[in-house]
Amino acid sequence: MSHGSGAERIISVEGLARVEGEGSLRVEVRDGTVTDVALEIFEPPRYFEALLVGRNFTEAPDITSRICGICPVAYQMSACAAMEDACGVTVDERIGALRRLLYCGEWIQSHALHVYLLHAPDFLGCADAVELAERDRGAVERGLDLKRIGNLVMETVGGRAVHPVNVRVGGFYSAPSPEAIAALAEPLFRARDQALATVEWVAGFDFPDVEADYRFVALREGGRYAIESGRPASSDGLDVSPAGLAELVVEEHVARSTALHARLRGRDPYLTGPLARYALNSATLPPLAAEAAAGAGLGPVCTNPFRSIVVRAVELVFACDEALSLVESYEPPDPPAATVVPRAGTGTGATEAPRGLLFHTYEIDGSGTIRKARIVPPTSQNQLTIEADLRQVAQEALELGDDELQWRCEQAVRNHDPCISCAAHFLDVTVESS
Amino acid sequence: MTAAARPSVAVWKFASCDGCQLSILDCEEELLQLAGAVRIAHFLEMSRATVKGPYDLSLVEGSITTQDDVERIQQVRRVSHRLITIGACATSGGIQGLRNFALAGEYTSVVYAHPDYIHTLDTSTPISAHVPVDLELYGCPIDRHQLLGVITAILAGRRPRIPGHSVCQECKGRGTVCLLVSRGTPCLGPVTRAGCGALCPAVDRGCFGCFGPTDTANTASLAGQLRRQGMAAVDASHLFRTFNAGAPAFRAESVAQEAPPPAAARGSARAKSAKGDR
Repeated sequence: MSHGSGAERIISVEGLARVEGEGSLRVEVRDGTVTDVALEIFEPPRYFEALLVGRNFTEAPDITSRICGICPVAYQMSACAAMEDACGVTVDERIGALRRLLYCGEWIQSHALHVYLLHAPDFLGCADAVELAERDRGAVERGLDLKRIGNLVMETVGGRAVHPVNVRVGGFYSAPSPEAIAALAEPLFRARDQALATVEWVAGFDFPDVEADYRFVALREGGRYAIESGRPASSDGLDVSPAGLAELVVEEHVARSTALHARLRGRDPYLTGPLARYALNSATLPPLAAEAAAGAGLGPVCTNPFRSIVVRAVELVFACDEALSLVESYEPPDPPAATVVPRAGTGTGATEAPRGLLFHTYEIDGSGTIRKARIVPPTSQNQLTIEADLRQVAQEALELGDDELQWRCEQAVRNHDPCISCAAHFLDVTVESS
Repeated sequence: MTAAARPSVAVWKFASCDGCQLSILDCEEELLQLAGAVRIAHFLEMSRATVKGPYDLSLVEGSITTQDDVERIQQVRRVSHRLITIGACATSGGIQGLRNFALAGEYTSVVYAHPDYIHTLDTSTPISAHVPVDLELYGCPIDRHQLLGVITAILAGRRPRIPGHSVCQECKGRGTVCLLVSRGTPCLGPVTRAGCGALCPAVDRGCFGCFGPTDTANTASLAGQLRRQGMAAVDASHLFRTFNAGAPAFRAESVAQEAPPPAAARGSARAKSAKGDR
């Protein structure tokens, strides 16, 4: 809905569509200037950090996966990494490779969902993918097939696509057979071709001419594109351990949101997610994905948020390609999990969820009981930057009519694939302190 | 069939993770067919276009945790000819239902900077605690094939069927050796409703109860077995107290295990009291 009289104009969307979870946006314009913007999150908090206290450290991956049905693997991997950090355990390369394969499945599933069902309809003037399918059924079927293959990887490695069951602290309950993994090669070849076609498809969309000034934060790891491990780094020189990042991130509580807003101590807001990963790691992309990026006109850094759909498509190529090489080199880990003996201490784990950096910090006691939990999902880290985008995008598009401006503002939010369910659910506790 | 002639379907979200809604979008091969057979009139995760009610069928994800949602579910019920809840949050209160067990003040150890900004209830309750529900689909998450089966049945005017038997039968069906008997692995399979296809035992893991209790779950007998195998009471309590902690049979057993009688005194007397709690 948008309305206004005279010099005042208000754009507000009560139920923001095609995002994960429930949120709304509001933009106020006065005398030709955007005076206020808000991405409001009204998802009820679910108190994960409180309900984890008293539970066993081995339960964190399954419990925290329920924060988000779109990226459960991200929660499981960050929880495992944090607990292994707390207990001083390093898993062997085969377990690491199988985790990376599972995570590639989630990237393929989640990115295909966002690119085809949530984001692309905006660029083609469609309300949703069903309307898009009426015009270009082939495109939507390609996206659904990609998504299916991502789910297939998750089912094969994790036992289930939504909330996988095979993940445990230390590794996996059982290692998939070489035959089961080898059977993924054929669909993944197809997925890789479809991902390449996706890059071409989205590169042809019309993009509003917006360049934002982002501070990017993403994991970096040697010569490869970081997913399930690595060190947090920023575009302005930060390079810290996951625990170091956890210390730097401060969160504040504002009235309009049931999520806490995160920022780096002493610095401005920052952005995590595909644009950040690409900016910090594009030099490490394997040839196929790098060529696809160049073919789509991407330089080493992309600062147009609307073109995040192109970066996501490039990451689709990368994830399919990476999954294929992991399938080809697969050797079942034996045993499938490292033994993790609890010890009193604190651990932090950070991994790259499809929509951005996700870190968990836990304090456990000598018996493995969780004493304290802190979970910082990508969307709460991105929220201030999304609002800054909203302000800039709205300001630069004020000549549009109300309906078009509203749609453009919705897009400014969807550009970052926000997961509002995640953001709200990490809230600690609400108390009436009198 | 014209859009107006097709049955209208609405999808609603309360406190949840979106995973059960995602299971609808995960019907990849059938999604476009489904969109052709029904009119998706309200599904925010999928579309910015919404059509006003009333709706022939509402699918409801999530539990009730705020006063606003207490009122919103009444409105959803009023505009829905049929209302089906999807998933553990909507049918039993979900993992966020663990707050129902907290002592007053227990979840208040960490304080918001501005607690007055937030309004939530002390409880997380299933949809059926607030409005009449026509059918409940279990699972954390639901099984998408089961969902498609239910929608197909409704479209065809058939009565949908939800299994009431246990995961054990699914293990037998797929030839998985019983982990509880052969290795002593703690497993909720004997008391958990079928529906997932017995995924966990197939990866060498005991069932952890995603689909909630069966219609005739003998949780006391299973808990007794787990305790005799050496499981600590607190672990047994936690095993029953996860995503379906609010389902009556699981709730009763998790409470019983919090303050269990001496192992020798356990038996039929406690089993009766657990049933009486439902």
